[in-house]
Amino acid sequence: MAILQVRNVSKRFGGLQALNDVNLSVEKGTVHAIIGPNGAGKSTLLNCFVGRLIPDTGTVMFDGKSLLGIKPHQINQIGVSRVFQTPEIFGDLTLLENVMIPTFAHRDGAFKVNWWNRADRESDVQDHAEAILQEIGLYEKRLEIADSMSRGDKRRLEMAMCLSQDPKLLLLDEPTAGMSRADTNATIDLLKRLGETRGLTKVIIEHDMHVVFSLANYISVLAQGTVIAENTPELIKGDPRVKEAYLGTEAE
Amino acid sequence: MFGLNRNDTLLLIVVALLTMLAPFLLNPFPEGSSLAQFNGGYPDLMQRFVIFGIFAIGFNILFGLTGYLSFGHAAFLGVGSYAAIWMMKLLTMNVIPAIILSVIVAGLFSLLVGYICLRRSGIYFSILTLAFAQMSYALAYSVLTPITGGETGLQPKLNDPRILDAAVGSGVTPRANLFGIEMGTSWQMDWNGWVFTFNAGYYLAAIIMLIAFYLSIRIFRSPFGLMLRAVKTNQNRLNYTGVNTKPYTLAAFVISGMYAGLAGGLLVAMDTQVGPERMFWTASGEVVLMTILGGVGTLIGPVLGAGLIKYMENILSKINESLLEAWFAFMPDAVSDVMVTLLSLFVGKGWHLTLGLLFMIVVIFLPGGLVGGLIGGGRRMFRSNDRKATRKTKSNQTPPTSQTAE
Ligand SMILES: Nc1ncnc2c1ncn2[C@@H]1O[C@H](COP(=O)(O)OP(=O)(O)OP(=O)(O)O)[C@@H](O)[C@H]1O
Ligand SMILES: [Mg+2]
Repeated sequence: MAILQVRNVSKRFGGLQALNDVNLSVEKGTVHAIIGPNGAGKSTLLNCFVGRLIPDTGTVMFDGKSLLGIKPHQINQIGVSRVFQTPEIFGDLTLLENVMIPTFAHRDGAFKVNWWNRADRESDVQDHAEAILQEIGLYEKRLEIADSMSRGDKRRLEMAMCLSQDPKLLLLDEPTAGMSRADTNATIDLLKRLGETRGLTKVIIEHDMHVVFSLANYISVLAQGTVIAENTPELIKGDPRVKEAYLGTEAE
Repeated sequence: MFGLNRNDTLLLIVVALLTMLAPFLLNPFPEGSSLAQFNGGYPDLMQRFVIFGIFAIGFNILFGLTGYLSFGHAAFLGVGSYAAIWMMKLLTMNVIPAIILSVIVAGLFSLLVGYICLRRSGIYFSILTLAFAQMSYALAYSVLTPITGGETGLQPKLNDPRILDAAVGSGVTPRANLFGIEMGTSWQMDWNGWVFTFNAGYYLAAIIMLIAFYLSIRIFRSPFGLMLRAVKTNQNRLNYTGVNTKPYTLAAFVISGMYAGLAGGLLVAMDTQVGPERMFWTASGEVVLMTILGGVGTLIGPVLGAGLIKYMENILSKINESLLEAWFAFMPDAVSDVMVTLLSLFVGKGWHLTLGLLFMIVVIFLPGGLVGGLIGGGRRMFRSNDRKATRKTKSNQTPPTSQTAE
């Protein structure tokens, strides 16, 4: 069953056709990778899923509901979380607070004036956030300020923030960019584990083919705003069109 | 205690002690000594300390937590004052209904203004709030004269209805009171040349300030406060985290507007008159200065900033050239002349110059304001100790540390 259904999505920026009639369907419980050269429109496509952009034409259905025309926080509240290409975290706050905030949003909804209680006495939220940090390997650093972390740790923190909400669909935009080899492998392991324990559906944009082929069940290749190929990893590997798309841009 | 953690409880107790003992602490110099003019312990000034403290505490809930810089908060202060004076004219000279109404009216007005201004952020938000406040000032000054008394403002009159109060004798001016205790009532204590004044109005305002301060600590430490701090850090992320940030910022705006209204109501309770100048943009700017000077986003900073500015406004401005001449009389004439000419720039009417310099020094060298500077200094001194301590308590549950300290 497809949890995310993208039909005929196009998006134009001035003279640039960033997305051109994109169709995509993501099966529940799978890891769906979107690959393609720089500027192919991958991030633009994710932006259309989370309410950052509204496509010019087409539909995006999640779990039977349209994601178009509803606000980013509403999209998140129905179970879609996103890790951004450049880490979006609460830089002035501690790691623990960074994870508590999405946990509160998950527990209390989009708006609640809970002003009398102490945040550090809301033990369910606190414990949950600590458990997530433990799982992702940042527990020891939980009282440090997020901005002081390395880029790799910031990405992992952002992942922890998304996971704390127990989303149905996790969108990851280059989750291992800027990470060391070791961190990348740790992230692969983490994402694999998440697939097993939570049965989470993931859409992952990645340039690192090692990551893609370790994780993905299905791959869509995007080039110049068009899906030029989609298939299982084994079949994508040998596809001449994919090679051409990559070699073409590298030769430029 | 009081549902606060140890540090916050301690801070609350210290602030309570300082405000309760203020008549002593602010009058360190004996009456008649040459330094007596630096005494700040007279009712009028002490009342201003705590009332503008409330104003700044509330402002800090908006600016310190969410980062939204309003340049129009004096409008809410002014609206609170007008509401209070009308309550006194129509209902009773008892200050309680007046203060309650000032909070409600300021809250409603800030809901309207906030709803409109919060459509924008950053500098545009600031300009919108400024525009609103100046509009309010202009309205109070002219068009709304029947309600505001225009340029002359309002004060209780002998022939006001005051339906709850017994008629006062002819020629007796009605006075603001708390169930019969007049706000102006003072009791003086003489002790070996020192004179300490205890004023009913001050103590009422001080107790209300302590309550307001306590409530702000609760807000700072709550999940709501955490969300507001998240707005300041990365509002974009917060939206993609499932949080509707608009009502959060609006709630913070209204809360800070109510604090401003409370301050406005108290000003009237202490001194039963109001004019439109209370809403002028300089008054809005002043609370920004207070908050930044004391430390944006710190709990106690705004109160200190308010105190410092009100002290300078009232004390420095009283120093004139002849006083300076008296001080430097012991120096050779030439030197003393130079000193007097130089220093007279910074006192009397020139106290704004001192404020400006102080503000520049704080902003450049103490980006966290006075409180931020103090804490930063303390941290640097104790850093090595801290490290050891955290290592030891690592296994224990420790509260998050980005919470703004004192
Ligand atoms: N908001 C925008 N306004 C105008 N042009 C945009 C906007 N967002 C993206 N673009 C353009 O659309 C094209 C696709 O960008 P996008 O970020 O989706 O690429 P990408 O596949 O994510 O690339 P990368 O691998 O470098 O992240 C690029 O040419 C980009 O410059
Ligand atoms: Mg991208």
